[in-house]
Amino acid sequence: MSILIDRNTRVMTQGITGRTGQFHTRLCRQYANGENCFVAGVNPNKAGDSFEGIPVFATVREAKQQTGATVSVIYVPALFAAAAIDEAVDAGLDLVVCITEGIPVRDMIRVRYRMEGRRTLLIGPNCPGIITPDEIKIGIMPGYIHKKGPIGVVSRSGTLTYEAVWQLMEQGLGQSGCVGIGGDPVNGLKHLDVMKMFNDDPHTEAVVMVGEIGGADEEECARWVKSHMQKPVVGFIAGLTAPPGRRMGHAGAIISGGQGTAAEKLAVMEECGIKITRNPAEMGKLTRAELR
Amino acid sequence: MKIHEYQAKEILRNYGVPTPRGMPCTTVDEAVAAARRLGGAAWAVKAQIHAGGRGKGGGVKLAKSLDEVAQHARQLLGARLKTPQTGPQGQPVRWLLIEESVAIEREIYVGLTVDRNRQRVCLMASSEGGVEIEETAARTPDRIHRVLIDPFAGLRDGEADTAARAAGVPDASIGKARAALQGLWRAFDATDAALVETNPLVVAAGGDVVALDAKISFDPNALFRHPDLAALRDFDEENPSEVEASQYGLSYIQLDGDIGCLVNGAGLAMATMDIIKVYGGSPANFLDVGGGASAEKVTEAFKIMLRNPQLKAILVNIFGGIVKCDLIATALVEASRAVGLRVPLVVRLEGTNVESGKKILAASGLPVIAAANMADAAQKAVAATRGAP
Repeated sequence: MSILIDRNTRVMTQGITGRTGQFHTRLCRQYANGENCFVAGVNPNKAGDSFEGIPVFATVREAKQQTGATVSVIYVPALFAAAAIDEAVDAGLDLVVCITEGIPVRDMIRVRYRMEGRRTLLIGPNCPGIITPDEIKIGIMPGYIHKKGPIGVVSRSGTLTYEAVWQLMEQGLGQSGCVGIGGDPVNGLKHLDVMKMFNDDPHTEAVVMVGEIGGADEEECARWVKSHMQKPVVGFIAGLTAPPGRRMGHAGAIISGGQGTAAEKLAVMEECGIKITRNPAEMGKLTRAELR
Repeated sequence: MKIHEYQAKEILRNYGVPTPRGMPCTTVDEAVAAARRLGGAAWAVKAQIHAGGRGKGGGVKLAKSLDEVAQHARQLLGARLKTPQTGPQGQPVRWLLIEESVAIEREIYVGLTVDRNRQRVCLMASSEGGVEIEETAARTPDRIHRVLIDPFAGLRDGEADTAARAAGVPDASIGKARAALQGLWRAFDATDAALVETNPLVVAAGGDVVALDAKISFDPNALFRHPDLAALRDFDEENPSEVEASQYGLSYIQLDGDIGCLVNGAGLAMATMDIIKVYGGSPANFLDVGGGASAEKVTEAFKIMLRNPQLKAILVNIFGGIVKCDLIATALVEASRAVGLRVPLVVRLEGTNVESGKKILAASGLPVIAAANMADAAQKAVAATRGAP
């Protein structure tokens, strides 16, 4: 059991003919059962080609029909990424993982509007992806730092998630799954959506939630945790020292009009029973303590 | 990306939103000539800086004669305007906007921004014109009328009319208010804006609806498809180090502490600033070198950080995942030699090939202070600023 993906998931790469798409598809194939999981690529101009044995199809629909892939990962440039998500949604895939950074907000608003009432779930954009350790990884995270275990990790950032995983491993704690939901203001799955999945997953015993300044997703998730979550949750929010009104690297990491501060998020999380730390070096230790 | 009020008004006019007639200028003579050409008996003299709160900071003056126009222009041009948003040192005024004065019947607030939670553009209208929206939201939230806009259909007639009425626009001016609100939406949508705000939007004495003020900022991720808008960027309003950093693909924001930070990834970069604070220090900057962290990027990052006279130490925190630690260590060594570091350098490397990375640093002969983890790195950096080895 795991959330969203496992060793039996079949994946297509949208943007498999680009440098990034090829580099990471290769690494994903080398991880755990990846050789069997990554079965198709999509490029409208290169149908019939193949990349290291992976057939390339003209459309997502065709790739799905021919290979049975139900999940896609997107590496196409920002200018074309929204259309790539639309295509995957129209083809009725289960899950789309969009790694691409820098998609205009206007495009994402339209993507999300079109997704209403559809079955497809979206992770990202501007995210490292998702991994079920020792089974499959879909995205750009370093696979080897992970190990299967009882901790779910959900985060808005990339390297800070790897840091959290590293600290868990130093405590001897593996992960049931790690989901990077991305740093953009308009995106797919939120902290709350992933938290619900970890709550329902019998192999997850505790969750580490890593947030950052901007928006109110962490607060929304915390309120749900207070009344529904049956497992301990450990939380950290990056950006206690971030100045207001400045975009801290991620498009969505901005305190605007006094809203979305780390202090406010931490206060709500604490109030809702989440074990928070203001010290990012303590995420692993705190999780270990919560399991006892 | 922010632009000036006079530029924002030009955009709004292109989308059918009426504004007062006005002219931007940079000298006292131009200001007087502008007022003369505009005609009338009174003019607004408005300092053009990117920070908000200009009214409170004394950056908006009413002149009742050409002499007064000259007097206000002389006082404002070249002065450092301090507003609640500029910080204590203020922002120098290089541009003025001279406008005809408008007889005001009623002031309302209108703003459009992205509602992240609902994933739509939200139009906010309030009868509390001239007051900052955060204040209204805190004190009288029921006075803010919100419309979540359908991205394909746009702001519908009925939605615009309801918003205008809720904000107190009189019946006789509803048609004009509708046109203005729909123009604001079209401007937002067509320019890939992050914010379009007019505070106040006024009903003038004759019933016209006019944007007396205008603030627009754009989604930086969308500027590639708006070269005309990208050209409106005023580099004088930005920190030169931040501008330079962006040219090298570095995301850099200057802060007021003394420990420079060089980190890969935005979340980890913020966390590094935070942990410095946890151990009693203060970060000099936010700096995300991105995934690459090449020798060239690290060199530029060091140069930019070293330009800060307050800098007393540098903390490098790299989690090498896909990017390997030995490559990053080599880049750090090359960069340190190239710039001639004048402050202690604390390095925390973790991840792929970390052992060979650490060996490269140790063998370099550079006085690098190696750290075992984030907490150790922050403590050593804080100690270094206090003169400890």
